[in-house]
Amino acid sequence: MPHTMRTMASKPRTLYEKIWDSHVVERREDGTCLLYIDRHLVHEVTSPQAFESLRIAGRSVRRPDLTLAVPDHNLPTTPRLARDGARVPIADAQSAAQLAALERNAPEFGIPYIDAVAAEQGIVHVVGPEQGFSLPGTTIVCGDSHTAAHGGVGALAFGIGTSEVEHVLATQTLQLRQSRTMEVRVEGELGPGVTSKDLILHIIGTIGTAGGTGHVIEYRGEAFERMSVEGRLTVCNMSIEGGARAGLIAPDDKVFEYLRDRPYAPTGADWDRAVEWWRSLHTDKDANFDKTVIIDAAEVEPTVSWGTSPEDVAAIGGTVPSPESFADPAKQEAVRKSLDYMGLEAGTRLEDIAVENVFIGSCTNSRIEDLRAAADVLSGHTKAKNVRWAIVVPGSGLVKRQAEIEGLDRIFTAAGFEWREPGCSACLAMNPDKVPPGERCASTSNRNFVGRQGPGARTHLLSPAMAAAAAITGRLTDVRKLTST
Amino acid sequence: MTGPASIIEGRAIPLGLKNVDTDVIIPAHWLKTVTREGLGEGAFETIRQTPGNPFDVEDFANAPILIAGDNFGCGSSREHAAWAMLDMGLKAVIAPSFSDIFAGNAFKNGILAVELPQNQIDRLLSIAQDHPVTIDLENQVVTTHFQDRFQFEIDPFRKRCLIEGLDEIDLTLSSESAITKHERQRANALPWLDNPRRIAV
Repeated sequence: MPHTMRTMASKPRTLYEKIWDSHVVERREDGTCLLYIDRHLVHEVTSPQAFESLRIAGRSVRRPDLTLAVPDHNLPTTPRLARDGARVPIADAQSAAQLAALERNAPEFGIPYIDAVAAEQGIVHVVGPEQGFSLPGTTIVCGDSHTAAHGGVGALAFGIGTSEVEHVLATQTLQLRQSRTMEVRVEGELGPGVTSKDLILHIIGTIGTAGGTGHVIEYRGEAFERMSVEGRLTVCNMSIEGGARAGLIAPDDKVFEYLRDRPYAPTGADWDRAVEWWRSLHTDKDANFDKTVIIDAAEVEPTVSWGTSPEDVAAIGGTVPSPESFADPAKQEAVRKSLDYMGLEAGTRLEDIAVENVFIGSCTNSRIEDLRAAADVLSGHTKAKNVRWAIVVPGSGLVKRQAEIEGLDRIFTAAGFEWREPGCSACLAMNPDKVPPGERCASTSNRNFVGRQGPGARTHLLSPAMAAAAAITGRLTDVRKLTST
Repeated sequence: MTGPASIIEGRAIPLGLKNVDTDVIIPAHWLKTVTREGLGEGAFETIRQTPGNPFDVEDFANAPILIAGDNFGCGSSREHAAWAMLDMGLKAVIAPSFSDIFAGNAFKNGILAVELPQNQIDRLLSIAQDHPVTIDLENQVVTTHFQDRFQFEIDPFRKRCLIEGLDEIDLTLSSESAITKHERQRANALPWLDNPRRIAV
């Protein structure tokens, strides 16, 4: 329990261990722990089977007040209300059925539900922090692997499968084993034009997609201290791409200011008590990590992916690597397949790769700062002729509204982008937003897997500013060349 | 949870690939279902579009075992990956390592995830081309007709659940009083956690 956290201070502990210890309900002989879950986010894709199983077993949701449901994955990003205010029906029958199931299940089990046409609707990982539902020191789960994002506010947040969703709904706990601890320390300051997205891509390129397996990552060092809360959410979001189920950053005044006055955040005397406790949430000075990786911030360049694994990244000034440049024969084979799928030849300059599509969005990069960064680069420019399709999908209705207040939407539309409604969209192409087979997409999303953005689609992961630069020139481009003048 | 038999024996699909992600196991367009059934049809869809892939070899039809490379099941948390594999008849996967979330999802669905070092995987990949493989969960060993005996580790709790077919939610609910006690202590120490504002119900 939280109050025992202070009395158990004998052995130095990491932030992760402190949060873990304070949530252990029961420790079993074999080392498995029953861990209490403070916050449970639910969306339409990974929950219907869980609700159905609860119904069959006659079980109820133990703590609907700690649960929040919002649709995001399937929703089309075209207008949701017709001129007369009627809802636009969803054309895909399966998507419609899945969305309808959540709309039905949430009230049936007493769970607060954000409607598809509410201003607060958005991608579940944008909504949580934005609503102040995600708080420092809490355990947060969701049936989605990018739940790690909420680690950006200092929470222990991780993705779970549908059976675990059912388990949390029924018991508000999970049976888990403690993970090992991993420190990713980034010393120094990121250079101009280098963003949190470039940094996390660089980190994944360094540790590999299995580098964090079995571990929880704590991101430490000056680069993260200087980073905005939204930048931290971007970094933690992609922890799973480095194999770690969770990643987190110690909360500080920036986080507290970010959360203050949010709808679900504590208020009044509760706020003061909360901040006092949150200030205690940091790794003890002499605590040990099972693994440490140190990165020099000055070495990080604007970074893009060239292959079909998030570890396949390079600085924008580089070239597509040859399979033979990798030591591991299995990796060589994987790179051969990757390059074949991506339609790339080794040695090609990354800046010579033309893109037909640009996607700015996803739970990684669809917050207001991301849109500002992209708009900043696009301002006064239009997309290149060869860029056929460029869309901006804000992370939530509130992000969209804020962007419109700032006039960002007009910059995007003037540049030839489509300004869409919030949702997961072309990140995983469950809704109608897909990249056509064989075409390339400069994408601010998180996965460049085969078929991720649509069958045969070729994804290049990059930051919002780099996506904007690619839209202007029609090829992958070092954004610093466009902004340094 | 439906546990596998303690012995899983039969042909093993020698896939061998590293970093098989859950988008490869079951692409996103298959996730629009509200049930667990019927996903086998979409399992490994992109690999199956390649002529000569191991899934199309007649000998491996209904094979209960899959052999893969490092970091199997990385990526998305979709449990549909485990459901799709179950639906195509798989009962076990052997690989050098698994993503954490996939390993959990496999276990919840009674799919045994066996970790063996790469050199033993290489040996099994070659034997599996023409011969069956046996996994003995009780004794934690993978064997072949050629005197191979590869011991593997498994979490004792998961082993027990798999063999006895225990329902995890029932097991947790037997700790109901401990959960209630934790909630009471939490309400005293961090009362704001229980009073988040509701947007709508």
